[in-house]
Amino acid sequence: MSASALQLLWLVPALPLAGFVLNGALALWRPNAKAAVSTIGVGALVLAFAAATAAVAEFARLHQAAPLVFRYWEWMPVGDLRLDFALQFDQLSAVMALVVTGVGALIHLFSVGYMHEDAGYARYFAYLNLFVFFMLMLVLGASFPVMFVGWEGVGLCSYLLIGFWFTEQINADAGKKAFIVNRIGDSGFLIAMFLIFRATGALDFGPVFGRAQAVFPAAGTTITAVTLLLFLGCAGKSAQIPLYTWLPDAMQGPTPVSALIHAATMVTAGVYLVARCNVLFALSPLGSAAVAGVGALTALFAATIALKQWDIKRVLAYSTISQLGYMFLGVGTGAYAAGIFHLVTHAFFKALLFLGSGSVIQALHHAYHATHSHDDAQDMRNMGGLRRYLPWTATLMWIATLAIAGIPPLSGFFSKDAILGAAFALATAEPIWYVYWAMGVAAALLTAFYMTRLMLYTFHGPTRTGEQERQHLHEAPWVMTGPLLVLGLLSLSGGLLNLPELMGGGAFLHHWLEPVTALADRMRPAVELSRVVEWALLSGAVGVAALGIFGAVRLLKPEALLPARLAPPETGLGRLLWKKWYVDELYDAIIVRPLQWLAREVLWKSIDARLVDGLIVNGSATASRALGWLGSRLQTGEVGFYVVLFVVGVLLLVGGAVR
Amino acid sequence: MLLGPALFVSAALFTLGVFGVLLRRNAIVIFMCVELMLNAVNLTFVALAQRLGVAGQLFVFFVMAVAAAEAAVGLAIILAIYRHRGTVNLQNINLLKG
Repeated sequence: MSASALQLLWLVPALPLAGFVLNGALALWRPNAKAAVSTIGVGALVLAFAAATAAVAEFARLHQAAPLVFRYWEWMPVGDLRLDFALQFDQLSAVMALVVTGVGALIHLFSVGYMHEDAGYARYFAYLNLFVFFMLMLVLGASFPVMFVGWEGVGLCSYLLIGFWFTEQINADAGKKAFIVNRIGDSGFLIAMFLIFRATGALDFGPVFGRAQAVFPAAGTTITAVTLLLFLGCAGKSAQIPLYTWLPDAMQGPTPVSALIHAATMVTAGVYLVARCNVLFALSPLGSAAVAGVGALTALFAATIALKQWDIKRVLAYSTISQLGYMFLGVGTGAYAAGIFHLVTHAFFKALLFLGSGSVIQALHHAYHATHSHDDAQDMRNMGGLRRYLPWTATLMWIATLAIAGIPPLSGFFSKDAILGAAFALATAEPIWYVYWAMGVAAALLTAFYMTRLMLYTFHGPTRTGEQERQHLHEAPWVMTGPLLVLGLLSLSGGLLNLPELMGGGAFLHHWLEPVTALADRMRPAVELSRVVEWALLSGAVGVAALGIFGAVRLLKPEALLPARLAPPETGLGRLLWKKWYVDELYDAIIVRPLQWLAREVLWKSIDARLVDGLIVNGSATASRALGWLGSRLQTGEVGFYVVLFVVGVLLLVGGAVR
Repeated sequence: MLLGPALFVSAALFTLGVFGVLLRRNAIVIFMCVELMLNAVNLTFVALAQRLGVAGQLFVFFVMAVAAAEAAVGLAIILAIYRHRGTVNLQNINLLKG
């Protein structure tokens, strides 16, 4: 059997890279050739998706258990380290490549409508294509360094796209914040790589995971350090406590960017990393418990903040953080398939929610633009009743809301339940997981509540947009609602990917990923729940979701809400949540300000200005000038004096020689 | 010829030259004192050549040749200074001080 489609695997990342080069050239020399830019930008992604699909189909036919590694050239032959530039294709990479190129293509298409009026259209598509290239390097890389190239590359593109409208200070600051916070995590990733290399002598995935069991004693110090440091990298990239604060600020970027980078793909890189290194995490119970615990805590914590945000995109941002917490709970529990399953379904419904919010924001933005109003087009208090103007968007966003809330038979129900079920099952062996499970359930309740709140305030109740603006509100063009429709269908049916065996499904994704996680699965305690307990958990989850939605519908009064200009400030607990638990202020007080003080008062004013400039640079100049002054005193200009010195010197020398 | 008195005379001449250079202010006189020292050394060479071989006498010719050249250059410099400054008193010629 030929493996022709797999031989062309390099095309999958190469096509977006070519798109970046071409669009970058257009951005420099023909920024107004929008038709060409759209064709190249979207075309590269569609072709990459086709190439990825062909590769996956070929791979599925091969029934290959071991990953296929394609070596292209020798990259870093340094001493004992012989590192090739190589791509790897296995079941996990296949899932990720399909999600990245598939959802990416839809979001590129949506961007054609959303960004059409923007002056930086070509630049935008160049960055977006570059992002997809790096993301594919991340998921297809066959070694830690290749993956790290992608890891840093997506961070760079994230920075560039958050600060896309960089002429406003707040956007540029948000970009810098994302970049700097991510550096903290990346340092962990790097140190983990060094430790892995020192222990195993390799950086390619195959040898590292193959030797891991022999090299690392189970639950040893080294493996725990490696996993915790890797997870620090994940916490930065995937916005987990304590490094999550950059993601809400990242919403300053264009909305399709939020959908692609900050919801569907880049922020899930951490989940992918943990799933990829499943052998390492299985060897370290403490590392796994930390992943699951931080995930569960983040899921609950971010959900509480989402309850009181008014900016529609910030609600979705905190929702993303919370859902990423679920994924980490899943992969930390050892339910890698469940975590990846939630990653996939979340990519569908969260991309849909973000793109839908983009459609809403654009409608409001146009209306405000037409009437020269300066009201905030992202504040839900300025929305309300929009289902009359944006019927498609409203319907599709309701589908996504029900999916994320976990209402059967939508996709989110299956993936979230798979994670919670796995956590509950592990709890029978490790009781601490009962706590994680309870946090997950509480977060599910809040998720249903805040998402219903978002929908109610945005699409229902009276229209709080001004009288004049109302005439300008209209549904987005088809190039935008089309991708929404596709994502809506995927959110509806995504559960079919991994229907649990309990309901007579084939658990397709679970079995598909089994070759990747086989080694780790054998290392973990086997836990099975009885069917009764599983059904009880399922119905409990549905009950929690329904309670959240019902509670939101009963408690919230969209008709009593005031527009943002007139709204009174929040008080009490609401204010605490609205202010995001004051975490940004806390970080500012205990980290940013002390660091700035250290930088300004100690490093700059003392060490740089006084020690380096004052003592070393100016001090050496002063010392040589003083010596020079002493020497110049000898130069009297009188020959007689010189002769006296000369004779005295000769007498001394001769005297010394004679004696 | 007696070696002792010859060396004594040359040492005396040399010392006279040194003190002349140290104490006199007039460039011409200093110049003459330098010549005195050179010739004191020449006398030493000749005196010692009687014991140590003919090489000493050979050196005298070298010294005289160099002294002639030195006299030409030195006198030319002194002349140039005199034309420029109107004096050859070294106390007044001290532009090259630090």
